[in-house]
Amino acid sequence: MAKTFTVSSTPHVRSKESINSIMRDVFIALLPATVVGIINSGALMPNAIVITLVSIFACIFFEFMWQKLRHEKITISDMSAAVTGLLLAMNMPASAPVWMPIVGAGFAILICKQLFGGLGQNFINPALAGRAFLLASYPTLMTNWAGTKFYDAVSAATPLAQLKTGVSAMTYTTMDAFLGRVPGALGEVCALALIIGGVYLLVKKIISWRIPVIYIVVVFVLTAALGRTGGRVPVYEICSGGLMLGAFFMATDYVTSPVTPKGQMLFAVGCGVLTAFIRKWGGYPEGVSYSILIMNLLVPLIDKNTRPKIFGEVKKA
Amino acid sequence: MLTFKRGVHPPDEKSFSAEKEVVMIQPEVGEELCFPMSQHIGAPCKPTVAKGDYVKMGQKIGETTGFVCSPIFASVSGTVKDIRPVLTPGGAMSQAVVIENDGKMEPVEGLNVPKDYTKMTNEEICDAIKEAGVVGLGGAGFPTHIKLAPPPDKKIDYIIVNAAECEPYLTTDYRIMLEEPERVVRGLQVVLKLHPEAKGVIGIEHNKPKAIESMTKACEGIDNISVATLRTKFPQGSEKHIIYSITKREVPSGGLPADSGCIVDNVDTMVAIERAIFRGRPLMRRIVTVSGRGAVNPGNYKVRLGMTYGMLLDKVGGFTEDTAKIISGGPMMGIAIHSLDTVMTKTSSSILCFTEAESQLPEERNCFRCGKCVSHCPMGLMPNELNKAAIYGDHAGFIEFNGMDCIECGSCSFECPAKRQLAQSIRAEKKIQMALKAKQN
Repeated sequence: MAKTFTVSSTPHVRSKESINSIMRDVFIALLPATVVGIINSGALMPNAIVITLVSIFACIFFEFMWQKLRHEKITISDMSAAVTGLLLAMNMPASAPVWMPIVGAGFAILICKQLFGGLGQNFINPALAGRAFLLASYPTLMTNWAGTKFYDAVSAATPLAQLKTGVSAMTYTTMDAFLGRVPGALGEVCALALIIGGVYLLVKKIISWRIPVIYIVVVFVLTAALGRTGGRVPVYEICSGGLMLGAFFMATDYVTSPVTPKGQMLFAVGCGVLTAFIRKWGGYPEGVSYSILIMNLLVPLIDKNTRPKIFGEVKKA
Repeated sequence: MLTFKRGVHPPDEKSFSAEKEVVMIQPEVGEELCFPMSQHIGAPCKPTVAKGDYVKMGQKIGETTGFVCSPIFASVSGTVKDIRPVLTPGGAMSQAVVIENDGKMEPVEGLNVPKDYTKMTNEEICDAIKEAGVVGLGGAGFPTHIKLAPPPDKKIDYIIVNAAECEPYLTTDYRIMLEEPERVVRGLQVVLKLHPEAKGVIGIEHNKPKAIESMTKACEGIDNISVATLRTKFPQGSEKHIIYSITKREVPSGGLPADSGCIVDNVDTMVAIERAIFRGRPLMRRIVTVSGRGAVNPGNYKVRLGMTYGMLLDKVGGFTEDTAKIISGGPMMGIAIHSLDTVMTKTSSSILCFTEAESQLPEERNCFRCGKCVSHCPMGLMPNELNKAAIYGDHAGFIEFNGMDCIECGSCSFECPAKRQLAQSIRAEKKIQMALKAKQN
């Protein structure tokens, strides 16, 4: 009998990159900041490790159960749920009770992701939405930094909360903020570790420079221009709060950011403007999460209006 | 370095065959060669011979039936055994003249009589090219004589020789440039005689330094011909993109190269023109790269047209046990053939043997909007949206997102981390769109 051959459409070669490899790289890129965050938890280190693991496994578990109960293909091996879990943990204080990441994971995976159709279909970033949900529901627990290594018992505030009062209230230096010697959510404190992770993603071409660089530059320029009571500290501003985490890892989330290059730039500018405005005039000391979530909602509109110019476009008369 | 925007970088895989000299492969006495009447874009030819006739090498056996058409010639002498449909690489059956090779290679009268193009009129040159059955040998198979005579209102100022050979594995154009560079130049000079105002530019990707050197040397002292080094990137050899790389002109959507003042022809097409004029021989041969991890003897082979893929593979050592896919053409745009009885045509540039592992079809996942298809599409389209429109049968949406401008290069599918069959769905929807349009008229 004659040999049978595989027949398929073009192209017959594919790049090595897959959803799996991308998610794995994002996970790897988040590790330096996670490790620094855990170490900086000081006495709370065991709890920090527990909530990180619980968050990751809760996300994987919820995704698995949803797909199992709905007789869908189980896709937890693509690591997208694990990345959501790690990002969610990085947004929590080291003192968080163990049930909190579970609630957050449930909201992120079930409500934000699976209810809308699973991977690729959610319109807001699940990890950020999980954090926003927890912050709104348990504001005290979500902002309790007591017990961590760099907690200042006198001011009991994060760098951005101090800035809200004024530059004179600052008890941390820019270098403290850069190296993570400040209180704050687990994964957001060390700008250096986040930049290392971000550069890894840039080098691996998993993210483009457009969103993170524009986002950070816009925040830098606007905070320099707007200033705070008693002065302007733009370098300190960009190293503090969730900006580095948000700019490199949240705003660059494929699913919830524009697909067009021009759209990505516009999206980043929007994130930057909103962040600076919330920090300056908003009720919260920090505005990264809400800025990104608001811009997530505008993505369809941005995509629609930033379509690339097609090759050989003929102007319609 | 000259280039275009976006595009992709598939592994080039040319080392299998790049340094192998072209080897002549002859059909054996008694072997049946098939000459499909449709080896080009346009109307199929009409056989001029009947079963039982004796034909000579170089004899016209298929004559043109329309304006866009190109005649077919016998590549051997022998007896017509049959006129029957045979399988062509596109998957379609085409009526073919089947000739039993008598091995004598008896030439038809007038074969091998050189012409002096400097004494010929433009019409005579175009006619000679037409009567030699020359079509675009880069893969499209568009009759060359039509391309060379654009409407008089289009001023042609560039004749571009497409030597990019941007498809992985393929090395036929490369070998021609190393082994017969002067013939490429002579072919180009014939075309430049038709368009004396134009400049001749030979565009070669920078991963072929030896070819650049060889061609540069061959054009030395010729004022109106130059070599352009192009960045190695797929699809550099796409007609529209090589024009953009060299002239920075964009062929308007729905337009032809002539609208941008350019004529683009493949390296081997130039050789075919040279052969038609300087040696009085019609198109009877094809250079084929046999390559891939499943090929026993990868190399470049000059074959007489009419052989099947199976016949050529048999003569060059065949393929390994774990070969699971045979591709006619390059891996980005070539066609996977299901039968070795498929007949090679004027445009069959290669046979690639892919192993079992290379032939696995990846599982298609949800689009997760990474945007890589958008940032790599050389046409500036949004393949993610076109894919959606194609899947949901949104015909209006497909047009809205300029789906008909897709050149089906496959860059989107190549890049897609979710392994979506973007190019496939877009190609299918394009066919539907054309059918819808035909229905309307």
